[in-house]
Amino acid sequence: MTGERSDPFTSQTEHQRERATTIFEKGAPRRRAFRAPELDVPAVEGLIPAAQRRGTPPRLPEASEPEIVRHYVNLSKRNFDLDSGFYPLGSCTMKHNPRLHERVAALPGHARLHPLQDPRRAQGALELMFNLQESLAEIAGLPHVSLQPSAGSHGELAGVLLTRAYHADRGEQRTKVLTPDSAHSTNPATVTMAGYEVVKVALDAAGGVDVDDLRAKADDSVACLMLTNPSTLGIFDPNIEEIASIVHGVGATLYYDGANLNAIMGYSRPGDMGFDIVHFNLHKTFTQPHGGGGPGAGPIAVSDRIEPYLPRPQVVRRAPSNGGPPTFDLDDDRGGSESKSIGKLRGFQGNYGVFVRTYAYIRSLGGEGLQDVSEVAVLNANYLLARLREKVGDRLPLAFGERCMHEFVLSGAPMKKELGIRTLDVAKRLLDHGFHPPTVYFPLVVDEALLIEPTETETRETLDAFADAIAAIVAEAEQDPEIARNAPYTTPVRRLDEAGAAKRPRVREVLPD
Amino acid sequence: MADASYPDDLLYHPDHDWARLDPDEPGVATFGITWYAQDALGEVVFFDPPDVGSSVTAGEFYAEVESVKAVSDVIAPLTGEIVEVNTSLADTPEAINDDPYGAGWMVRVQLSDPGQADSLMDCETYVGTL
Amino acid sequence: MAGYTSVTAEDLAIMLDAIGVGSVEELFDAIPVGVRLGRPIDLPPGEPEQAVYAELRRLAARNVSAEDEITFLGAGMYDHYVPSIVDMLMSRSEFLTPYTPYQPEVSQGGLQVMFEYQTAISELTGLPVSNASVYEGPSAVGAAAYLAKLTNKRRRVLVGRGVHPHSRATLETLAVGYGMEVAEIGLDDGVTDLAALRDALGDDVSAVILQQPNFIGAIEDVQAIADAAHGHGALVICAADPLTLGVLEAPGNQGADLVVGEGQSLGNRLDFGGPSFGFFAATEKHIRSMPGRIAGETTDADGRRGFVLTLQTREQHIRREKATSNICTSQALNALGGVVYLSWLGRRGIVELGELILQRTHYARETLSALDGVDKLHDCPVVREFALRLDADVGRVLERCAAAGVNAGYALGRSYEEFGDGLLVAITEQRSRADIDRLAEVLGAAVAAERAGAGAQVAAQVTSSEGLSLR
Repeated sequence: MTGERSDPFTSQTEHQRERATTIFEKGAPRRRAFRAPELDVPAVEGLIPAAQRRGTPPRLPEASEPEIVRHYVNLSKRNFDLDSGFYPLGSCTMKHNPRLHERVAALPGHARLHPLQDPRRAQGALELMFNLQESLAEIAGLPHVSLQPSAGSHGELAGVLLTRAYHADRGEQRTKVLTPDSAHSTNPATVTMAGYEVVKVALDAAGGVDVDDLRAKADDSVACLMLTNPSTLGIFDPNIEEIASIVHGVGATLYYDGANLNAIMGYSRPGDMGFDIVHFNLHKTFTQPHGGGGPGAGPIAVSDRIEPYLPRPQVVRRAPSNGGPPTFDLDDDRGGSESKSIGKLRGFQGNYGVFVRTYAYIRSLGGEGLQDVSEVAVLNANYLLARLREKVGDRLPLAFGERCMHEFVLSGAPMKKELGIRTLDVAKRLLDHGFHPPTVYFPLVVDEALLIEPTETETRETLDAFADAIAAIVAEAEQDPEIARNAPYTTPVRRLDEAGAAKRPRVREVLPD
Repeated sequence: MADASYPDDLLYHPDHDWARLDPDEPGVATFGITWYAQDALGEVVFFDPPDVGSSVTAGEFYAEVESVKAVSDVIAPLTGEIVEVNTSLADTPEAINDDPYGAGWMVRVQLSDPGQADSLMDCETYVGTL
Repeated sequence: MAGYTSVTAEDLAIMLDAIGVGSVEELFDAIPVGVRLGRPIDLPPGEPEQAVYAELRRLAARNVSAEDEITFLGAGMYDHYVPSIVDMLMSRSEFLTPYTPYQPEVSQGGLQVMFEYQTAISELTGLPVSNASVYEGPSAVGAAAYLAKLTNKRRRVLVGRGVHPHSRATLETLAVGYGMEVAEIGLDDGVTDLAALRDALGDDVSAVILQQPNFIGAIEDVQAIADAAHGHGALVICAADPLTLGVLEAPGNQGADLVVGEGQSLGNRLDFGGPSFGFFAATEKHIRSMPGRIAGETTDADGRRGFVLTLQTREQHIRREKATSNICTSQALNALGGVVYLSWLGRRGIVELGELILQRTHYARETLSALDGVDKLHDCPVVREFALRLDADVGRVLERCAAAGVNAGYALGRSYEEFGDGLLVAITEQRSRADIDRLAEVLGAAVAAERAGAGAQVAAQVTSSEGLSLR
């Protein structure tokens, strides 16, 4: 890792020398990978009316299997990934993805099961989903679970729609949803999609919800307050009981964004804090692999008063009258014509492949293991914070408070002022050190934010190495800030022209006719 | 990008927008955003203009300007009806960064109340707020 | 130490010392006593890997999957053959374990995959702009309605009864939040009732939504529906089955403004309903209103070709309450499976596959409707799925077939009251002629037995499984 600027014609890495070519530029006419099975029925003409017949086939690639494999395998090597290195993206909980989960998810009994299979012949799947529901209910401290939402923000949408149904059922017209400025950014978008107005609640000096501001804004036009605890600042809000009391006092619901659940398992539960609706991010706390941007899942747990509105179908367990073993079913009806269910948020019953993995994780860890997860997550974060403070605490101070939970936010503002490099430049220079950078410029309440979440699966040595890398970058900038400003140097491509991409968007390959 | 500049023949709105009263056509003004605003946004990639003939109200937004990482509301300094829109910004939105008071102009407006201009700040006052 | 952590007693001592606390518990001091759990989490103790594997196997064995029976069950997800290279590539660390490409310099693999995927979807749908995936089919329909509302600000949506029941249900649920009203246009002779559509159209209609082929397998006249809708300034949203687009005309070439749909049949497993992916394509003018991530091409500081997430100002993390959707995590890995599959199929393969399925579907429909007590529910052209009417209780017929190792299809009565005697049969390339002949044999026998009045016997067997609902 040197500080020299890259000369396009020398000192390039192997990846940098390779021009990016898409699969459409590979192959040649009449090459193929797929071999169709024999046509074993008589061929009949005219089955599709001429007007509906495809004129020109889609211009998909024509390549052999070896070409396709080589293309995508080489492409994969232009990616940094969690298996390869430290990935402290704050708020994303990039913890190790156990490979047992891939093995069990691939069992044909799970992987090749059709969603509309007769429930009597899908008892394994329904039992798994039911047990997962029960486990999540225990972790959340709320009794009723729906596994349907496909991601955290989908779970949020479900939560706000549930809130809407709850108030409508009471004949109430509420128009606003409150959310603090440090909220995960899907919250305001979700609120708008659910037909409410977003009203921001201020934070106090300690980074928690400003209780006075909340009290001033909480009235009977408010449908819900959406929070996460600990917040995206990594701080557990000590006023949560009072906050819950204010919100419930005006008849609104309290919604928990489960993005930071990794911090509190075994210590506190959102249900016990007073939340009515909780969503989980199975791709965060529960090890579903991030996949480069999904799939995930965002199941929700709710209190008794919200239960009637849960989406359909619900997985239910029935004890047979003759005393035999329980059976499981999908209750699509949810009370028939009297049903208050909000209906469906997606097809079928949810991302079952994700449930299989999550269930395997929960069975592997057990209650004690989950508590251990949170303890080590918080320990690792505080240790890394301590090391960073020791080394660069004056340039990159902690933005709020003294300690943290499972993640913490540093501010690059002093560094920017004194050394002339920004959080962005530190992030780019970290790439040259073989680390994925933390989350940058979020939460918005911190200037030049650097949000760091190590997770519990990292070793002490990795944390030390990361702290050393940050220190090295800062020290280097003290000598020559230009180096970080032009970083990265050793990645497959260097800084990219994002403005150009946004001005004249090219979102597909240009294909020859 | 230009160095920080705030021409003293313009009038300014606290939300970082300027107005130039047309010296030749009384009651008509040109609007744009100030150097401070374009600097905060970063390189502009898209400007979504309103329609000619639509009305703008002092203090309210009438268009959006986008950079890679941010979207900003553009606030009208004065009230009136849009008579012309800078269509060249569709091809070169970066003019808003390079020449915010010249080629980066956004709309020309027939003012409903030219006297309203008195409520705007002069250059010195505006710079004082930065 | 549990699971995947690595803190030994030695590590712990060093770390607590560096932090300046005496115990891990102290790090949780900020949690007030009133909200403390105060007891262990009440879940069974953790188990070693081999025990967990055994448990997951036990559960798998309680499911009758497509591995265990000859299945003709479709209705939105299909038992296609997933080639082994898809499994292999989707399990590579570099694709499986990173997150969304927020640092594009080290995410060129994932970004280029998105770019290639977008290209492939544009090709299939005939529309120039595709995003990098949404969750799945029905919610894609919901997202399309949101885009229509943002675009023309109108409040009504007309949706054909031939659109998948889950898509219609999802649309109803989401419309409550959007402040939109959904009205259904019925079917006439197996396809969308064009006269009813024309009657229902007006200046308050934001979008018209149809499905191609529709839920009961019939090919719709997309152009006619599009012309009617455009005549009133409404957007046309077509939910399409992607694998049929080798033989069916691209809806984008027939007037659809948005083409969306379920991507499961492109290289993704059944997985009891998910995860899969939804695709979402649009005409150029909607690019700035598109939901979800979009990868764009650009160059780096040295002039190299590269890719970035672009038009991010649409998204939740910048535009916040004015975002075009709230999608953060979508279905990147499943979309990778999709583009690998489409590359594997190739330009010729997608046509050959479509033709093969088309011919077998025709053969199946003719063979089955020739059976006693079995008729076509409609006579419209079909490409991979068709509907029959049975002169017997569909549920009991399905039971008999299942007992003979054949899943005969979907009981239409589950979601269409008017088709209580209907059976929806899906054909994939995995169902050979021999399989279809077996279905005919088994179905024929089942219908005959039911008609002959053996119904009472089977009914008794069915209720003895304790009143489980057939959903």
